[in-house]
Parts: sequence; C-alpha cells; structure tokens
Amino acid sequence: MIEVDHLVKRYGAERAVNDISFQVEKGEVLGFLGPNGAGKSTTMKTITCFLPPTEGTVRVDGSDVRTNGLAVRRLIGYLPEHTPLYTDMVVRDYLAFMARMRGVEARDVAARIGEMTARCGLERVLHKPIDALSKGYRQRVGLAQAMIHNPPILILDEPTTGLDPNQIVEIRELIRSIGQEKTVILSTHILPEVEASCDRVLIIHRGNLVADGTPGELQAGFEGSQTVHIRVDADESAVRAAVAGLEGVEMTHHEQDLDGWTHAVVSTRNAADLRPELFRLAVREGWTLAGLHRDEANLEDVFRQLTSN
Amino acid sequence: MQLMWILTRRELGAYFDSPAAYVVLSVFLLFTGWFFANPLFLENTASLRSVFDLIPFIFLFFVPAVTMSTFAEERRAGTLELLLTLPIRDWQVIAGKLLAVVIFLGAGLAATLLYPLSLSLMGDLDFGQTVGGYAGLLLLGMTCGAIGMFASSVTRNQIVAFILGFGIIFILFLLDKVTAFVPGALAGVVEYLGTDYHAQNMMRGVIDTRDVLYYVSVTFFATLLTAYSLSKRPE
Repeated sequence: MIEVDHLVKRYGAERAVNDISFQVEKGEVLGFLGPNGAGKSTTMKTITCFLPPTEGTVRVDGSDVRTNGLAVRRLIGYLPEHTPLYTDMVVRDYLAFMARMRGVEARDVAARIGEMTARCGLERVLHKPIDALSKGYRQRVGLAQAMIHNPPILILDEPTTGLDPNQIVEIRELIRSIGQEKTVILSTHILPEVEASCDRVLIIHRGNLVADGTPGELQAGFEGSQTVHIRVDADESAVRAAVAGLEGVEMTHHEQDLDGWTHAVVSTRNAADLRPELFRLAVREGWTLAGLHRDEANLEDVFRQLTSN
Repeated sequence: MQLMWILTRRELGAYFDSPAAYVVLSVFLLFTGWFFANPLFLENTASLRSVFDLIPFIFLFFVPAVTMSTFAEERRAGTLELLLTLPIRDWQVIAGKLLAVVIFLGAGLAATLLYPLSLSLMGDLDFGQTVGGYAGLLLLGMTCGAIGMFASSVTRNQIVAFILGFGIIFILFLLDKVTAFVPGALAGVVEYLGTDYHAQNMMRGVIDTRDVLYYVSVTFFATLLTAYSLSKRPE
C-alpha cells in the first residue's frame, strides 16, 4: 500500500531523514517510534505530500508523491502533530468543510458527519466552536476530519500527545477499531502506545531506521541480559553461596523476609533460559521453591538500547 | 474549480463571522462617506471624484489589513499543513483565497454604490466615469490583495505581514508620483509601473486594455511569488 524507498530528506545541510526504506501492507497498523526530532514527522510529511523528498521515492498505492500528488492525497486522511484546526469554526461546519475539500459529494456530507460524530463521540460538541473544546475533544475532531472521506490510509502524527490518561485510552481504542479496516501509520514516543495499538513497529533514530518488526519480534530479538526472580525458604547467605557456584550468573538483589523466605534476583548475559538451572539448583539444595519467573525484555529496553549512544 | 469555491466560501465565512471585518468595513464607509458628503453639501458639486481619489489611499491600509491573516495565521496555527495536504493544488489555494479577498473588497465598494445612486437621483451623474472608477478600484483592490497575500505568505506573524504588505503597496502607489525625480527616459516606465496611475486612468471613464493588463499581470506575478513562497514550506 505504501512503499518508501531510500527516502532522504535534507533541511539545508542537516539530514532529517537518512535513507529510510520500508513498506506498509494493506490493513496494517504501523507505529513510528523514536525520540523527539528523530525524523518521524518528516517521514510522514513526505508521505502526505507536504514535503517533497530530497532523494528516493515514496509511492502510495502505486502513485508517486512527486508526480501524482493529488491521487496520493485523496487516499490519505492526515492528522498533523498538535492537531491544527480552524478554531473559529463550529465543529459541524468544520467537518462539512473538510468533507467537501476531501472530495465527499454535497449530498453525502450530512451522512458522513453523522457517522463520524457517532464514531468519535462528538454528539455533545457538534454545535460548539472549536476554540471552546477541551484538548481531548479537539483530538477527536482532528481524527473525525481525517476519516471523514473514509480513506483507505490514515496517517496520525502523535495522536495522543497532551491528553490525560482516560483520553489516551479512548483515543487508543478508537485507533484500534479503525485499524481493523484501514491502513494506519501513527507516530509516538510513548512506548506502551505502540504495544497497545500496533501490528508493526519501526524505530527511527537520527533519521535512520534502526529496527523494523512486530513488537514481539523486537522483544525476542533483543540481545540483553535476562533477569530471573526466585523465592525459596533458605537463608540469604546459603542462597548467595549456591548462586555464586553457577557460571556467568550474578545476583543483583536479595532479601530475606520475616518468615524466612529469601527473594533473590539473578541475572545473566547467557542466551539460554536460566530457569531450569535454578530449579535444579533448588532441588539439589533441598529448598522449597515458591516463585520462579523471568522478566521479559520489553520494548522500552529495546528502544533504550537502540536509541542511546 | 469546485474545491477552490468551497475554500473561498470558508474564507468569506471567516471574514464575515468575525467582528473585526465589520469594524474595518464601518471605518471604510465612514471615511468615504465623509469625502462624499463634504463636497456635495459644502461645495455643491455632484461628483464622485473625491471619493474615487480617496479610496486608493484607504486601500493602502485596508487591503493589507484584510490579507494579513490569509497565510501568516494558517502558518502560525499549523493549519497550512493540513490545507496543503488536501487534494487541492497550491495555486488553487491561492486563487481561492484571493477570490475571497476580492469579494470582501467588492462588498466594501458595493456599499458605497449608495453615493452614485443618490447622485443620479439629484443631479447629473457621469455614468462612464462611475463604471470605470469602480472597475479600476476593484482591479486595484485585486492587485493590492495579491501583493498583501504574498506578504502574508512569507511570515507567520500577522503584524509583519501587514507592514510588509503596506510597504510594497505604498511603494507601487508612489511610483507615478515621483516621476519628477527619475531621468526622463525612465519616467514613462516608472509611471506605468505605478498602481495608482492606472486607477486614475480608469476613473476618467476610459477602460483601456493596457490598464487592465497591468493589473492582471501584477496580480499574476504576486501570485507566482506567493506560490513560490508556499512551495518552500514551513520549517
């Protein structure tokens, strides 16, 4: 659906986007992840035909953004960062204007506004001027204008920035429901957001693509330490001595509670799962094992490792 | 073409929904009304001459005030990004906005039609001069509007847009009045480049294609500059 091929975008001497290539399939929800200023917005702006690429090509459904921009724009519903809206307009008038500008026939406008109102929960504010709305409602108006012409592709630049936790959950649910029928690209620097709503994640850092995969793949492919929590009915010192006998394993934390149980956190850089080994150790030592679990590497770890210097 | 008209209608809605537009129009009518009534009652001359002479002066301030928000405000609020990613070409955006400016100025001029109307009831109105004068003023307004929109397209600050627009329009307005200071060979050229010179011609009741062509080409040139400035995109 969207093919980005060796995209380079330069602002003066600075390379905001440096040779990025990726493809988005129909029906996919793709998350752009990266620190602020990584080139997420710039990439989105080239896909939406706002900025021309300096080098490389961007094709949307076969149309090149350089030569066939109007065709590309018709396929896309776009919500830029900070949700710019004509704040002097009433919500209904604004949606009607955007619907007409995005190619909805005059006779279908009312029906489309009705559908978007129901979908984005705008019933209560439809007749209010936009500058009287709360940030959460503005965001919904922004989403409504992006979807008003029922586009196959939605591009949302930081759709949840500046919202309170309840609003974030609402917008995320909305995006997930949209994602079932449309191709969606959304950018964020909030990690749980990607895990919550995306099929696939691209991590961009300083204009380069540093990771591409499903959230699961990125976690699995992450090379770092594994951490295992163990809880046994033994003395602290006995546990420490026993763990010290294992090769390449390090105890990072341990404490004994009043009932005599010791909680220990051990970590290793070995790839093999540490849990069977710890279980055998407990059996050998004759401990009662009350807890044994491994921390999964989360996206946050992946992200930090890839984007730190 | 249809998209352009939808945009024009939104722009007009934005003008007429805001109290500022009515303040500006009222002040415009107050000035022109004074310059119409003064010679009529005090000097007993049934002429639109003084009104026609005054309006290009008023346009110096009035037109940049109308156009200063066209692009600068959209740039500041970020709505320009959304507007330019709609399935509409940049030149259609510019043309749609210019059309709204011309219609707004036309509404101001239309309100002054009351003066020739009352003159025609009371005395002998020169019909040719009136038609020529209004046509000239509308063309002058369109030209100044295109220049003001260019000034608005290069900045995100409306005040800067106003001052820049006023500056350019003022220089073009002055050109035919400084011919005494330029070498003889150039005088004709400088005079021809002045905006007011052509309006004065048309107010005499002569609609000459040279004057019309001048306004159309300056408008076109200013629009090209605006398109160039938009194509560079913000940030």
